[in-house]
Amino acid sequence: MTNGAVTNGGPTATTDAPTPTPGRGIRRIRVPQKLRNLELFLLLFVCAVNAFAVVLVQFGALGYADMTVFTLGAGLAVLVLGLHVALRFVATNADPFILPIAALLNGIGIAIIYRIDIAEKLTGWESTAVRQVVWSGLAIALALVVILVIRNHRVLQRYTYLAMLVAAILLLLPMLPVIGQEINGARVWIHFGGFSFQPGEVAKIALAVFFAGYLVSRRDSLSMVGTKFLGLRFPRARDLGPILVLWALSMAIIIFQRDLGTALLYFGLFVVMIYVATGRASWVVLGVGLFLAGAVIAGQVLVYVNDRFTNWLDAFNPAIYDAQGGSYQLVQGLFGLANGGLIGTGLGEGRPDITPLAQSDYVIASIGEELGLAGMFAILALYLLFISRGFRISFAGQDDFGRLLGVGLSFTVALQCFIVIGGVTRVIPLTGLTAPFMAAGGSSLVANWIIVALLLRLSDTVRNQPRLVI
Amino acid sequence: MTRELKRVTIVVLLMFVTLFVSTTIIQFFQADALADDARNARTIYASYDTERGAILVDGQPIAESVPTDDEFKYQRTYPQGPLYSAVTGYYTLGQGSSQIEQSLNDYLSGTSDSQFLDYLNRIITGQNPQGASVELTIDPVVQQAAYDALGSYQGAVVAIEPSTGRILAMVSKPDYDPNTLAVHDTQQVLDTYDTLLGAPGDPLINKTINDLNPPGSTFKIVTTSAALQNAGLPVDHTEPNLARLPLAGSDRTVSNAGGGTCGGGDTVTIATAFVLSCNIPMAELGVEMGESPLADMANAFGFGSELSVPMDVSTSLYPRGLDDAQLALSAFGQGSDVATPLQVAMLSAAVANGGTIMTPTLVDRIQAPDLSVLETFEAKELSTPLTSITASTLSQLMVEAVDNGAATNARIDGVSVAGKTGTAENGEGDPYTLWFTGFAPADNPRVAVAVVVEDGGGLGQSGSGNELAAPIAKRVLEAVLSK
Repeated sequence: MTNGAVTNGGPTATTDAPTPTPGRGIRRIRVPQKLRNLELFLLLFVCAVNAFAVVLVQFGALGYADMTVFTLGAGLAVLVLGLHVALRFVATNADPFILPIAALLNGIGIAIIYRIDIAEKLTGWESTAVRQVVWSGLAIALALVVILVIRNHRVLQRYTYLAMLVAAILLLLPMLPVIGQEINGARVWIHFGGFSFQPGEVAKIALAVFFAGYLVSRRDSLSMVGTKFLGLRFPRARDLGPILVLWALSMAIIIFQRDLGTALLYFGLFVVMIYVATGRASWVVLGVGLFLAGAVIAGQVLVYVNDRFTNWLDAFNPAIYDAQGGSYQLVQGLFGLANGGLIGTGLGEGRPDITPLAQSDYVIASIGEELGLAGMFAILALYLLFISRGFRISFAGQDDFGRLLGVGLSFTVALQCFIVIGGVTRVIPLTGLTAPFMAAGGSSLVANWIIVALLLRLSDTVRNQPRLVI
Repeated sequence: MTRELKRVTIVVLLMFVTLFVSTTIIQFFQADALADDARNARTIYASYDTERGAILVDGQPIAESVPTDDEFKYQRTYPQGPLYSAVTGYYTLGQGSSQIEQSLNDYLSGTSDSQFLDYLNRIITGQNPQGASVELTIDPVVQQAAYDALGSYQGAVVAIEPSTGRILAMVSKPDYDPNTLAVHDTQQVLDTYDTLLGAPGDPLINKTINDLNPPGSTFKIVTTSAALQNAGLPVDHTEPNLARLPLAGSDRTVSNAGGGTCGGGDTVTIATAFVLSCNIPMAELGVEMGESPLADMANAFGFGSELSVPMDVSTSLYPRGLDDAQLALSAFGQGSDVATPLQVAMLSAAVANGGTIMTPTLVDRIQAPDLSVLETFEAKELSTPLTSITASTLSQLMVEAVDNGAATNARIDGVSVAGKTGTAENGEGDPYTLWFTGFAPADNPRVAVAVVVEDGGGLGQSGSGNELAAPIAKRVLEAVLSK
């Protein structure tokens, strides 16, 4: 998909091409308003779909529709349309698909969260959906701030090591005594003033910025020298520093924060970025080898990691199903997906609330149950489309920092989707990550909307290159 | 960098292809298997979204679903409580179902193949799905009589219409109230279920079809039939009249119920042995005939065959490969012989119906919500163990047993009743199993019945089939005859 866009030029490329206007003799370099108009059209469509989803949930689960659609649907609509208006002024050339896709995923997420609220009889501020709308507002507002403040992504390169420091602090926060909080066995939360936040979600952005900046400046030493072994050029021992540090960091997350998914996410992000930066497959071999070794040892030593593997491999064994921390959730999720079948039970008609954490970690299973395999395919396609827009930036970008940052940010979304959906569908062991944009949880929303802002900014910069046509 | 990006793109695509495949496998290929998993509460919830069909007796519901306000749309209720617990069984949240609720679940829930188009139509038109209702062959008057007659004994009563195989009454005690298992609180269901599961007398077991006891002297119907029909012996064929029969290769002996000989004289006829229910002549007869005629006759009556009514009936067994001692014991219903009350009732039904057993069933009619009939009762022959001549001889012997023999407590004034008692031993010191089986009127049978009283009827080893089981059967027969 992404390849095709590069070689042939997608539909937007045609829109964006410097088409000579016959009769006037003026070459129009670009037609930015067309991009924004397309975005507006898509956003209006998305808002209609989101509102329709909420109404369907009400008819399905309650049997009637009320004004909730305005608080849930319209709230998000106003926010994304506000962001759209801002883009018309500060990022006129930004990619027109990123914002509508994010808005659609966010909206469907709110509808399904609201659906679980109904099942659990949560209303008012108890309602997770209401809080999700508020968080979406905060996240989109933050995204707007990012777009307004960062007028050119290259400034981020200046803050490479500051980004590292920020990432390190964010990761360490949950380990602090007072504000750190352990939920469901994982110590990845901070808690203050009545609400919880997962700083690791935001840390991944800081890490992507740091990796991009660091790798751009060090890529030559990381790629040129080294010894050849088995047809691969392996790096010198002294250049192994960064990957070993990252490996140690991932292992620390596994051991101290008990969070397999995040460790895999960070490490995967680093390996992909160093591979793209250096073009050396040996980094991938090294990285995958190190992580597998670490995971196998952790599986032997750490009980919770071992449990995750057992739950995954032998989920239907009654002893494991009934065990504390066993495969109950995984199996119930599978039952939910199976209950959905090809076309789903219909919004509000299934029983997704049986599965624990149906609003957050298991939001994907809830969607699979009520929207069926068809809905799952649509959601997966939306994610894939979103990721492909990010990769386009990397393919077309002029500066290596921007290209690396683009691939890094898009790849985190891709890898996170794979880890969470793969976990739910038993491709890999289940870990506690959230489905981007959809899962209930402020930190995840904030992080992913900041990614949206950065990708919008990057795509705008890319298209602003005077000679560039993408 | 572009080359690397392309490769990463391919990796991302592969990751998503994996997810497309994994979701397809779960939601399409494994969906049915996952839905069938016993732990899948969604399947149960879905079944509560349907207005489950009613189970009817004489047009009146003995199980029906009524709308509720809780998270389940319908509540299953059993208006008659324990009276029909052996018939309807239970339908629970989390602990499965039993009896008709289980065996006809496809119809009751509206998911049977014959209801598929109707089901599809309801989905498309948005109507609430509705299951089919099941009308049973049970006669409420006979059921009530059997229920009352059995009283507080642990045991079972089953009554069949011999000419059709319709089951008129099916009672198993101790009973339970299926309403207590139909509540929508899984913990409460589990607690009640566990209590019933551990309760003395196994109330959750339908003893008419799923409880195997030594048939005792009721098996003499089989032995006598085998002697007359398979071995070609006349009814006045004689055996030595002993007071004690040593078992070959063992220090145990067989004695008659009274302890003495079987009437007077040095020899005893088959007829006398049957009417007075003597063990020694039957044991001698068994050994004289050999295993084959006996086993063949038992199998012709239904021993060793599977049957569903439509609940699966436990298979009654007459063992094979016996030595002479075992053969002697098996000839009067001891040794390793075991039978369900339904099987014992089928012995009487065969004799009553001129030698032919009609397939017993509980289902009279299954009717879809639109009143179209999905299935209707048809009398079907199951087997013909006896010629009409043998049947007629057995019938006379059974009438004689009631009139002047060992089954006198089943006598009904003005009606000729045929019957056979049984008092089966379960083991050293264990309480007896007390039986009666019979039919009436003998010249034009309208009902065949089997009664079993377990645990000695509370009398240990001092009760007898005639004393405890025959009066119960008498009241059931009267209930039919007075209609």
